[in-house]
Amino acid sequence: MIQGAGDGISLLAILLVWPLLVAMALVPLRGARIIQRVALIGTLIELGLSLWIFVDFAAAPTAAFRFEEQLPWIDAIGASIHIGIDGLSAPFLPLTALLTVIAAAQTRTTVSHRQKPYLISVLTFSTATTGVFTALDLGLFFVFWELMLIPTFVLIKLWGTGPGRSHAATKYVLAMLMGSMTLLAAFVLLSVNHRTVTGSLSFDYLALLEVEVPAGLGTVLFFLMAFSFTLKAPLFPMHSWLPPALQEGPIGIGILLAGLKVGVYGFLRLIMPLTPGAFMQWKWLIAVLAVLAILYGGLAALAQPDLRRLIAFAGVSHVGLALLGLSSGNVDGVSGAVFLLANLGLTTPGLVLVAGFIHQRLGTTDLGALGGLAARAPALTAFALVFVFAEAALPGTSGFPGEFLAMLGAFREFGAPSLIALAIVVLSAGYSLIWLQRAFYGPVTRDPVNHIADLVSHEASLALAIAAAIVLLGVFPSIILDPAQPSVAQLVERLGTAADGLAARR
Amino acid sequence: MRLLLPLVIPLIGAAGVALLHERPRVRDWTAILAGVAQIIAVVVLLPDVLDGHRATFSIVPFLPDAPIALRGDPLGILLLLTASPLWLLTTVYSMGYLRGSAASLTRFHVLVAITIAATAGVAFSANLITLYLFYEAMTIVTYPLVTFTGTKEAAAGGRRYLSYQLGTGIALFLPAVMLTYTQTGSFALTPGGIFGAEPAGFLPILTYLLFLFGIAKAAIVPAHTWLPSAMVAPVPVSALLHSVAVVNVGVFTLFRVLLDVFGQDAVASLGLGRLTLIATSVTILVASLIALRLENLKEILAYSTIGQLSYMILGIALLNEAGTIGGVLHLVGHSVSKITLFFAVGAIAVGTGATRLNELRGLGQRMPLLLGVFAVGAASIVGLPPTVGFVTKYFLFIGVAEAHQWLVLVVLAASTLLSATYYLRMVRTSLSPMPYADDGPGEPTAPRRSGRPVPSEMLVPIVITAVLTIVLGVVPGPILTLVRAATP
Repeated sequence: MIQGAGDGISLLAILLVWPLLVAMALVPLRGARIIQRVALIGTLIELGLSLWIFVDFAAAPTAAFRFEEQLPWIDAIGASIHIGIDGLSAPFLPLTALLTVIAAAQTRTTVSHRQKPYLISVLTFSTATTGVFTALDLGLFFVFWELMLIPTFVLIKLWGTGPGRSHAATKYVLAMLMGSMTLLAAFVLLSVNHRTVTGSLSFDYLALLEVEVPAGLGTVLFFLMAFSFTLKAPLFPMHSWLPPALQEGPIGIGILLAGLKVGVYGFLRLIMPLTPGAFMQWKWLIAVLAVLAILYGGLAALAQPDLRRLIAFAGVSHVGLALLGLSSGNVDGVSGAVFLLANLGLTTPGLVLVAGFIHQRLGTTDLGALGGLAARAPALTAFALVFVFAEAALPGTSGFPGEFLAMLGAFREFGAPSLIALAIVVLSAGYSLIWLQRAFYGPVTRDPVNHIADLVSHEASLALAIAAAIVLLGVFPSIILDPAQPSVAQLVERLGTAADGLAARR
Repeated sequence: MRLLLPLVIPLIGAAGVALLHERPRVRDWTAILAGVAQIIAVVVLLPDVLDGHRATFSIVPFLPDAPIALRGDPLGILLLLTASPLWLLTTVYSMGYLRGSAASLTRFHVLVAITIAATAGVAFSANLITLYLFYEAMTIVTYPLVTFTGTKEAAAGGRRYLSYQLGTGIALFLPAVMLTYTQTGSFALTPGGIFGAEPAGFLPILTYLLFLFGIAKAAIVPAHTWLPSAMVAPVPVSALLHSVAVVNVGVFTLFRVLLDVFGQDAVASLGLGRLTLIATSVTILVASLIALRLENLKEILAYSTIGQLSYMILGIALLNEAGTIGGVLHLVGHSVSKITLFFAVGAIAVGTGATRLNELRGLGQRMPLLLGVFAVGAASIVGLPPTVGFVTKYFLFIGVAEAHQWLVLVVLAASTLLSATYYLRMVRTSLSPMPYADDGPGEPTAPRRSGRPVPSEMLVPIVITAVLTIVLGVVPGPILTLVRAATP
């Protein structure tokens, strides 16, 4: 196995830059067919590579980082190009790659103009996200974090399907820039704290983990980072950018943006390990906001007349549950949250895809204008059923294990009050079954529905890939839980030590 | 490993049927063969289980503390011993009922076989997670059976069926499972329960209520509405819902909750027995009163089922030996009797076109055999000797008396009278003379003469179940041995 600095370039580094290389390869090409084919093959190679890395990691999961690679970058401030994965990040590499394949492949039917820049944007987003998941240097993390903005803005603004796309794109970027500022401030403060303790600046994640953060500074850092990450997640009440982005944006970015919950990952990777004391002190606040998000997101989803907005609010509700799991700070809750993130990365993109197929055929995803699709488009209906079942967390789908563990963790930590979170079970069953009924069953209310074409094999294969992953993870949740176990245990132990310190100080 | 066979055989049968759908004869024989193999697979498990062995088998290490795992015990065997022969008979019956529609018969065989596999999964579930998984799998597989005919009414009924069952399952049953784990740290189904002898507080009671109404397949009022909605399905599907699998799985799951999750001691100390007696008594009365006013034959049978299911649960909730035996035995007895009634109603519909009470006139003259078997099934439901229904009623009444639940005794007596009334109505109408054409123009009660000769594939199963209804009533010894083994 080639890995680590010194003996060649690590697979992880190849995985990271590969989408960018594919994007560059697209630049000189002409002709929609060839461009699409190259992009598809390129993303499939990325998927294969990511699966290889994941399987290799899962074969011998450790709490320590693997596939590490470190190159000098800006020595003066102690930043380097440092990447690696552990059990908390490993599952998200194949997930990112899979969603990139789907976002790239669906351009064949849904993007009619300027496919080349569209694909380049998608590929850039893929590298940026993979970078966020693998960066072990806060400087590098920040670079990739910001890199996600540009393709998202471009995709929503230029290929958006709604009239408000310009506004949605601007809203997204402004919201994210606000969060970026606090994030950067937090990183700088962490680095300065490192200098106070050791005498030199450092942005290296592993080095920063070794350094004690004073309680007061910890609280400041916690809120600075939490602001940015809750905004990105998004956690209620900072979610208002997501529904317009999903409703106005093209499917490709919907799949990636709604599927990859980097904001919650930020909690897992940065806030919890770097400021464990502050996290344990303020986790009740996260839990309260999380429960509010569950309720608000679920109720809002119930009330949405538009399918894509419904999906967005359902996502807000589920992100709330993931954060509730994290805020429990125990093994059940944290591993449940990790699993939930993986599940959200399949279920939400699956639903966005279905919404995209409907929009492309009927020009609308307004639930009032649908109805009776089941009889006309059985394949579309079958896939929608699978995704809805996963959304409603039916056992046997990937929706169940994460939701279950997260709630269990929350109950163990917070006791009876956390039972309010069970509302998500009722609410998600409610809005899922209601939209299923309104869109697919019931009478046909508009004539175009009578002439709707079912999925072609190309589209069906994309939906099938997601559905297969949903069932696979639903039956074998250990695929994700086992590799994550050592890292989760280490994180929980770290939180426990910090909580003990907190109690001792009182 | 042998525990896995009752899950696998129906699935193999389903695959075989699907592959052979172009050759109807071979396909039908495959379905029959699967039914026979299933009976054998269940029966060979009997000796070991009766000797007290509890084989276990872990399928997938699903979640921490909750593998997908199987465990064989007498109660599970009893459920399958009821389901397997009735599955075989339903398969044969459906070949006559659905004759002429090749594609739909394939679909029927496949879906029913998967339902039976899910039943086996429920029967042998070693823990609540496994149980829930197979329970909901059954909801989803039976949905296309309810909407089988593809008509508008079928679609509407199926929608209600799915949303009530999934809704209660996700919103009540699943939270109950989670609450159980948070209180006990276990999902395991353990004889005597996992709550300890004297749990305290409101939370265990809430958990139990979520189970009681979340397990909608047991159809306790107000979680019963899915059953009448499912009446749009063809008769073989009704047989599957009412006798072979679905409602039995619901009652069985509640048995498990009462006996293996809470345990009789905890049920007694929390006062859950009395709570259950109230809920089931209300259900029995409501169902009987509604059935009395109905005209559609299948609908009457549906409400009759709702009442009868509560008899079974009521028996367990009495918390004494006679009551428990009566409740468990009634699961078997009701299945055999009710499938006879459904088979008969289906044959009547095929033979005469009659689906409503007032269309039964003249049946005694035209189809005395069918009327006879119908009367046997009805007698058993009412509880008359020499049918199996008499034996179960006997145990139930003793149980009620021993528990000094005099009010419940009144409810049971009243409901017996009510069900006797509505079944007697059917028999009496059938015996009244056939309306003649010169009775006058616009005679509304004339049976539609759209019938065809009733095929022997339908008649043979009806006669077998009717005979079984009587045999189990006359010689209840063997089945009682198993029932006693299945009760604590």
